[in-house]
Amino acid sequence: MSVVNKVRINARTITDKEFFYGHKACAGCGGSLAVRHILKVLGERTFTVLPAGCMSAVGFNFPQLCFDSNAIISTFAGTASMMSGIAAGARALGLKDYHVVGIAGDGGTADIGLQALSGAIDRREKVIYICYDNEAYMNTGIQKSGLTPFGARTTTTPAGENIKGTVTTKKNMFEIVAAHGIDYAATASVGYIQDFINKIQKASEVDGTSYIHVYAPCPTGWGTETDVTIDLAKEVVDTGLWVLAEYEQGEFRLNRNPKSFAPVENYVRRQGRFKHLEDEDIAAIVHARDAKWEQIRNSWKLK
Amino acid sequence: MGQRAFLCGNEAVAEGVRLSAPHVIAAYPITPQTVVVERLAEMVEDGSVKAEFMHVESEHSALSASMGASAVGARTFSSTSSQGLVYMAECLHYASGGRFPIVMMNANRSLALPWSIYGDHRDSMSLLDCGWIQVYTEDAQESLDMVLQAYAIAEHPEVLTPVMINLDGFVLTHTYELVDIPDWEQAREFLPPYETVNKLDFDAPKNMAFSSNPGNNLEFKLRQHRGMLRAKELIAETDGRFQSIFGRSYGGLTEAYRCDDAELIVVSVGSVTGTCRTVADELRNEGWKVGVLKIRFMRPFPEEEIIAALRNVKAVAVLDKDISFGYEGTVFTNVNSALSKAGAEILKLNFIGGLGGRDISKDHIREMYRRLQDGLDGIAQENVQYLGLGVAIDERG
Repeated sequence: MSVVNKVRINARTITDKEFFYGHKACAGCGGSLAVRHILKVLGERTFTVLPAGCMSAVGFNFPQLCFDSNAIISTFAGTASMMSGIAAGARALGLKDYHVVGIAGDGGTADIGLQALSGAIDRREKVIYICYDNEAYMNTGIQKSGLTPFGARTTTTPAGENIKGTVTTKKNMFEIVAAHGIDYAATASVGYIQDFINKIQKASEVDGTSYIHVYAPCPTGWGTETDVTIDLAKEVVDTGLWVLAEYEQGEFRLNRNPKSFAPVENYVRRQGRFKHLEDEDIAAIVHARDAKWEQIRNSWKLK
Repeated sequence: MGQRAFLCGNEAVAEGVRLSAPHVIAAYPITPQTVVVERLAEMVEDGSVKAEFMHVESEHSALSASMGASAVGARTFSSTSSQGLVYMAECLHYASGGRFPIVMMNANRSLALPWSIYGDHRDSMSLLDCGWIQVYTEDAQESLDMVLQAYAIAEHPEVLTPVMINLDGFVLTHTYELVDIPDWEQAREFLPPYETVNKLDFDAPKNMAFSSNPGNNLEFKLRQHRGMLRAKELIAETDGRFQSIFGRSYGGLTEAYRCDDAELIVVSVGSVTGTCRTVADELRNEGWKVGVLKIRFMRPFPEEEIIAALRNVKAVAVLDKDISFGYEGTVFTNVNSALSKAGAEILKLNFIGGLGGRDISKDHIREMYRRLQDGLDGIAQENVQYLGLGVAIDERG
């Protein structure tokens, strides 16, 4: 059972109450911003599951526990399965009007947690799974994940004479999840917070499983200033490197379809993790972006 | 009054689960455990079990989901075996540390490599330290009854520790016997609904499964340890309460057979105990003073019971269906530790057998008693010997 919010949530109507505070996240952390907004939108009758990762590491250190509503850490691989168990248990016990949300990072979602996520979607659990994507294993010290982009330097993909950082591209989690026939999926960015809030609220009203993939910059891992998190999170969308879209009832829908893109070079050159890239590498990133957009414009419903 | 039915071990466990009225069942299929989940799925389908049946995609998720359900206060059941048990190893530690009173059946089966679907105790014995209460049942009736008893023990507020009920793969999971199925109302009288404060609660929100620091970790682990030690007292108490309602009893952490005046004792775990008793009877008829001590619970470990039963005998053989590579059988290590602490200067031999489902015959058990007597008679004995390999055939010729 879900709480149907009659009032659309925006900057004026969002609750003043905070559910995630006193934590030890780094300055400029995009992930903690995502968590804060997710919990404000979903409200106090929410069960939150977080796996081992940045958000549990910064907010769950006894006796300094930073969640004002019910929250639990799962095993790294077990976010979606623990959410499923909570949903099943709550259903069996006859609880009413609540949300079950899981908030996991990119590694916890696209790598170690993918199997459990697939199982939860398959069972059509009434849960909301949110991946905050900071594009590497940041909690353990910036190692490459399945969502680290091409070219990025991490501590396990060092940029040197022979290899220029990450040589693979991001797994496409949004389409992987959509391929399950999930009830609702969306991408978002902390740089476009109203769009993200709208999608959380929509997910909370879906009778089935929903998945939101939110782009969340990490100054510590990306080698960026702590006051440019929002700028970067906007720019990644404006450059077309991150797509804001939704999937429901078997169809993809693009939320933003810019006529022209902001220059990729500006976005890339501001980040330490891409510092070693040469013009030809940036050209390769632009080429991959254009190919993706061509595919999207040819096959997705455009808003 | 309940009814009688011809059930295999797996089906008996399923009946025990039905009578325990769980809220959530989450399990992944693996031979030889599958029948228990199949029966439970049928019971959910026909409405005799009012539980959420979760089709999880792995054993890791089975236990992870069980923890989620338990974390909102739901009574939860899972079952697994062998590779599945070790695949969920991370979650086993997590569940005991989180004090989630989950009950899970494990069909004891060998571990790969080499692959074997047949029974031995290496799966559960290798996870003796994961913080779960471990009980080993001997027949289908005990398996059914122990599901009810397991919830009563696990959910006790001073215990809050998960219970693993171990059934020997095939030998017990797949053999049929006449079983008394308790009455639903009597089961309710024995096992009230699960009530706990250790849950996510909208009236009293909590942050659960958090991180500790070096300054408080030991205190958490000590509380967990004390919960398990409290179970030691509650096991016999729970069995007594069970007897008063159902008329059946299994004693406590161990069960002694003809041990009172025995000089030579075989210590066994699980279904092989029946064969041990038969041999003990035969040897008694031949004038030997022999007995059998069955260990029912490996954790909490029945140190006091073992010392009391064995300290004054002449020799003890510990039968292990497992091997801790590079040392000896795990049951032997535990029994030997208890006896050594008590200063029992007696002959103690370890016999390892039944690995990968190899039969342990009456001859093998007879040979164990004979080896004990040989040792007492001054014939040198290896501390660790292997049943069916060198004991009965090769060495003695």
